[in-house]
Amino acid sequence: MGTLGGAGLAAAVAASRARTLGMEGERRASQARSSGLPAGGADGDSQGGSAPFPGSSGSSALLQAEVLDLDEDEDDLEVFSKDASLMDMNSFSPMMPTSPLSMINQIKFEDEPDLKDLFITVDEPESHVTTIETFITYRIITKTSRGEFDSSEFEVRRRYQDFLWLKGKLEEAHPTLIIPPLPEKFIVKGMVERFNDDFIETRRKALHKFLNRIADHPTLTFNEDFKIFLTAQAWELSSHKKQGPGLLSRMGQTVRAVASSMRGVKNRPEEFMEMNNFIELFSQKINLIDKISQRIYKEEREYFDEMKEYGPIHILWSASEEDLVDTLKDVASCIDRCCKATEKRMSGLSEALLPVVHEYVLYSEMLMGVMKRRDQIQAELDSKVEALTYKKIDTDLLPEEIGKLEDKVECANNALKADWERWKQNMQNDIKLAFTDMAEENIHYYEQCLATWESFLTSQTNLHLEETSEDKP
Amino acid sequence: MEQAPPDPERQLQPAPLEPLGCPDAGLGAAVGKEAAGAGEEDSGVDTMTHNNFWLKKIEISVSEAEKRTGRNAMNMQETYTAYLIETRSVEHTDGQSVLTDSLWRRYSEFELLRNYLLVYYPHIVVPPLPEKRAEFVWHKLSADNMDPDFVERRRIGLENFLLRIASHPILCRDKIFYLFLTQEGNWKETVNETGFQLKADSRLKALNATFRVKNPDKRFTDLKHYSDELQSVISHLLRVRARVADRLYGVYKVHGNYGRVFSEWSAIEKEMGDGLQSAGHHMDVYASSIDDILEDEEHYADQLKEYLFYAEALTVRTFSLKGMTTKLFGQETPEQREARIKVLEEQINEGEQQLKSKNLEGREFVKNAWADIERFKEQKNRDLKEALISYAVMQISMCKKGIQVWTNAKECFSKM
Repeated sequence: MGTLGGAGLAAAVAASRARTLGMEGERRASQARSSGLPAGGADGDSQGGSAPFPGSSGSSALLQAEVLDLDEDEDDLEVFSKDASLMDMNSFSPMMPTSPLSMINQIKFEDEPDLKDLFITVDEPESHVTTIETFITYRIITKTSRGEFDSSEFEVRRRYQDFLWLKGKLEEAHPTLIIPPLPEKFIVKGMVERFNDDFIETRRKALHKFLNRIADHPTLTFNEDFKIFLTAQAWELSSHKKQGPGLLSRMGQTVRAVASSMRGVKNRPEEFMEMNNFIELFSQKINLIDKISQRIYKEEREYFDEMKEYGPIHILWSASEEDLVDTLKDVASCIDRCCKATEKRMSGLSEALLPVVHEYVLYSEMLMGVMKRRDQIQAELDSKVEALTYKKIDTDLLPEEIGKLEDKVECANNALKADWERWKQNMQNDIKLAFTDMAEENIHYYEQCLATWESFLTSQTNLHLEETSEDKP
Repeated sequence: MEQAPPDPERQLQPAPLEPLGCPDAGLGAAVGKEAAGAGEEDSGVDTMTHNNFWLKKIEISVSEAEKRTGRNAMNMQETYTAYLIETRSVEHTDGQSVLTDSLWRRYSEFELLRNYLLVYYPHIVVPPLPEKRAEFVWHKLSADNMDPDFVERRRIGLENFLLRIASHPILCRDKIFYLFLTQEGNWKETVNETGFQLKADSRLKALNATFRVKNPDKRFTDLKHYSDELQSVISHLLRVRARVADRLYGVYKVHGNYGRVFSEWSAIEKEMGDGLQSAGHHMDVYASSIDDILEDEEHYADQLKEYLFYAEALTVRTFSLKGMTTKLFGQETPEQREARIKVLEEQINEGEQQLKSKNLEGREFVKNAWADIERFKEQKNRDLKEALISYAVMQISMCKKGIQVWTNAKECFSKM
């Protein structure tokens, strides 16, 4: 992985550094913990729980001063919001600036395992039956050394709905970050029963991936809702879910969003045009690759099913032959061994390749959503600018509004740019690994079959030599 | 093994053992190509040389196939394939071969030859012909008789058929067989002049009478069981093999889609592009490799099919009246067959009475038949073992190709 672009990510990196420092003292911790991204403004980056700092929003003025001092050091720091109210969409997290020390250090984040301090597993699916419905919960175990967590180990049970809620909150808080995808709600084709074992297992793995990706994300990992998701008891989570922006405000947002998307994006910057083109093409290709990979699995499965019948016929045949008994039995056992090797290849494919490719199919949908949201934010700004130019109504208030929106747009754009680079890097690694594994599975499969048949040949040749030497007078 | 068939058959004997107008007393045949069953001609040749002082050997090959159009018996235009049969004689001393005869024959003429041999040598296991129509076909393989691959496999099968006859100690001396190889025109008329179709009827009577005496030879009963089982198991094996081939084809070909998509994807990737593109190429190679692999397997299937047909012929020969009539006279309706069988059964009962007085000849016949069956069994064991080994060799080759392609692909992926 290359160095992370954007001060925000660097800040996030710094935050992790700082976090370890932060263990020593609360105050240091509060200073060190960063918003994670320069788009602290528009995104209102939620922070790792700062229970110790309930009144922190009150100190925003102080924070601002610190932030401004740093402006001259790093260009991208300009994007730090000047207005605390815009930054915080999540009522639970105050905005935290980065410390000067941490800003200077740009470190590779994901590659350093010793920095990972949040370990999550998803397992033990369990069926729950109520009078109204049947659903599955998954056990989530979190182990952490982070200070902001009350304990070092948590165990909770969550259902798919809860994951959906979490994803929604993350998207709300960070509209232009690339949130990891959730496995689909239902799989339409071929599904007879929602709760079939394979389906549950596939979903469990995907949910595990989902949470770990969030944990590995420099910004999202500090999201408050994420923390609550991982740690809260069932009733706590329910009551928490009920809070947050009300229905009306959400509806308002939706209306605005629809309106602005209908207007279309006139001024999408060049780099985002490129990004959009990439996303469209990528989406096409990854969908095709997903279909192809699923098809290969299906064909391999059918091949395996036929092969299972093939070996035993030779055994049947050997029953009526005298001279060929051994040869036929040996052929049968070779075929059976190759059959097992095929089975192994299939399972390798379904572990290494299929889930990865499918995740990126879902990612590509996510990306399109992110692009839309970015466009929306820009559209908001554009419409206000238009209003200013043409309508000249409330010209006193508009410039201020526009100023805020401009900040918002800039934060959104930078957040996306930074996350985009990170995402691309991850994608390349993941795809590379998945296909390399697939190739490896195939090589191993053929090597096994080769060994099987070669040893058969050897034994036949040896037999023949024995026979011919016996024949000699 | 060399004995002429016993007396009751003498009137039906084939033309004199010495071929007409040919200075060499007998045709000992050597296998010209590596076609199946390379082992057994040695014993044939040895006994040949034992009895003949001319040591001429011949090589037979069906070297070409050609599409022809002509007019059939009903004066309608038809398309058929003609096969070029070349006969070479090999000088014993220097091993050089000289082309002595070359003519074109079509499948129906091969059938005629075989039917003739079936009638005149009831105690011999006559080699089968390659299939008339493609059977046990897996989906992508063409069932079309004009398909080049099918024609090619048939060419090989026909050559194999001739070589088997040529290497059979008794069949190789048959005049009609000799003429098949040497006399292009009028051959059909010559065969029909032997009147073998008519004789088939009384042959049947005599043949089945022999086997329906009060205490049938247990060996023949066992043989019938064996040939039934062999038929059944090989058919089953061929069916499953065809399905396996179909599936395998699917697995390989789908990978070809990766090639196309990787190539398109590589256009938008800066760092991954090259790796994707070259990996895609290897996926194409992988996908196209299956065609040759399965073509080779078809040859293996053909080897098994030969013994399927042998088994079918054995079953027919030993006991099946119905089968015999069908093979010689074409398809009949069940009612016709039933009627015919009733008639024949009556005739057989008469024949049984007659045969009681000819037990000695009967035993002689059985002895000769059994000798040929032993010869056939040994040939079968050799051939089938060889076929199974060649199957293993094919699998090994397929695995090696697979390892190579995927190793290359892996390298490309790891460079992405």
